[in-house]
Amino acid sequence: MHLVNTGGVVEKFDRQWIDRRTIYDVDGVHDLGGLDGFGPVEYTPSEPLFDEDWERRAFRLMIGWIGAQNPSGGQFRHSIERMAPAHYLSSPYYEHWLTGAATMAVEAGFTTQDELDRRAGGRFPLSAADRGVLPDDLTPRTTPRYAVGDEVRVREWHPPGHTRAPRYVQGRRGTVVRVDGAYDIDDIAAHGGGSVADPLYAVRFTSRELWGEAGADGEVVCVNLFERYLEDPR
Amino acid sequence: MTTDHHHPTEMAPIEARVAAIESVLVENGVLDTDALDQIVQHFEDNLGPMNGAKVVARAWSDPDYKQRLLADGTAAIAEFGFQGPEGEYMVVVENTPQVHNLVVCTLCSCYPWPTLGLPPKWYKAPAYRSRAVREPRKLLAEMGTDIPADVEIRVWDSSAEARYLVLPMRPDGTDDMSEEQLAGIVTRDSMIGVQRL
Repeated sequence: MHLVNTGGVVEKFDRQWIDRRTIYDVDGVHDLGGLDGFGPVEYTPSEPLFDEDWERRAFRLMIGWIGAQNPSGGQFRHSIERMAPAHYLSSPYYEHWLTGAATMAVEAGFTTQDELDRRAGGRFPLSAADRGVLPDDLTPRTTPRYAVGDEVRVREWHPPGHTRAPRYVQGRRGTVVRVDGAYDIDDIAAHGGGSVADPLYAVRFTSRELWGEAGADGEVVCVNLFERYLEDPR
Repeated sequence: MTTDHHHPTEMAPIEARVAAIESVLVENGVLDTDALDQIVQHFEDNLGPMNGAKVVARAWSDPDYKQRLLADGTAAIAEFGFQGPEGEYMVVVENTPQVHNLVVCTLCSCYPWPTLGLPPKWYKAPAYRSRAVREPRKLLAEMGTDIPADVEIRVWDSSAEARYLVLPMRPDGTDDMSEEQLAGIVTRDSMIGVQRL
């Protein structure tokens, strides 16, 4: 999948491929850290909360869905992460929320793809099916194994489902700079495994460790990572 | 009847898609749009960088508060009543002459709602999310903020539970300002870290 910036290219993919799920059964288009080619930030010093009324309604829709159905944060985020990559990159932010909410509503049995198409009077693209798998070990852990100053390595496992371990730190070595206590790990809750606690850390990586020759001195990145993502450095 | 009957090729306009799923969920009793409108109104009226600015101004004015804020951001921010979704675990990171902090969410759009409100469009867009962790100094320079070469840039990726608020350095020449006046000079961007005051 091309991740080049040019809106025109993305839109072309969008039109041609948006329902051909087999083509973009690719994970992680949302996992953007370090990708190249998106160009300058389209910065605005201030802006209205919602530019258009549909954005306000899409926001209202999702907070209503979350309030009524109480999905985990991982389920909510993964409903968006499963969007077709071309659709994700070519659509405005609140279209992500709309697509995620509609996908969860179909999966919960409130409606169907056909019914949404009919009511919308055209194609209503939804996110792809959830391919996430639960880990074998669902044991809760609350006692942190690492302490501030410890060197760790992020496991490199690229799961098919939801995770909060960005691709750009997987396989990289860093230093624990904060121990956050234990929180329910999103990877498990997102795929029906319920609330399973895991210690959480902030881990600091040097730019050189992350980006090699393209990195820079005097720049570090701190990432919030669960203990299940970490291992002793080799 | 062709098999295409149920699979229109033209994507419905965004407004029609919103109306479609909204009508389904209203009919099923999932959405109470009147009640939800009040929540949206709360976001529009009460949440925004004016809240974070009060936190920063107090930290500049009251050394004890600053100490509490850096030790336990969630509790110190809750002293103002700023708490709730996306503010459950707050970490405040302090800019110094040696360190400049910058906040991003590479995976989605995590942002401290109670203190800054909903995030601006550019914060949620691919350019900022992809580049903040890869070339932060260059990115900041492009956005008009030059960080001297001898100042470390520390990027915080809001990848899990922690939500970050940057405590900017207090500008020179503000010694005579009241806490309220100080709050007036604290910007949203300075608390994300894309601006220095």
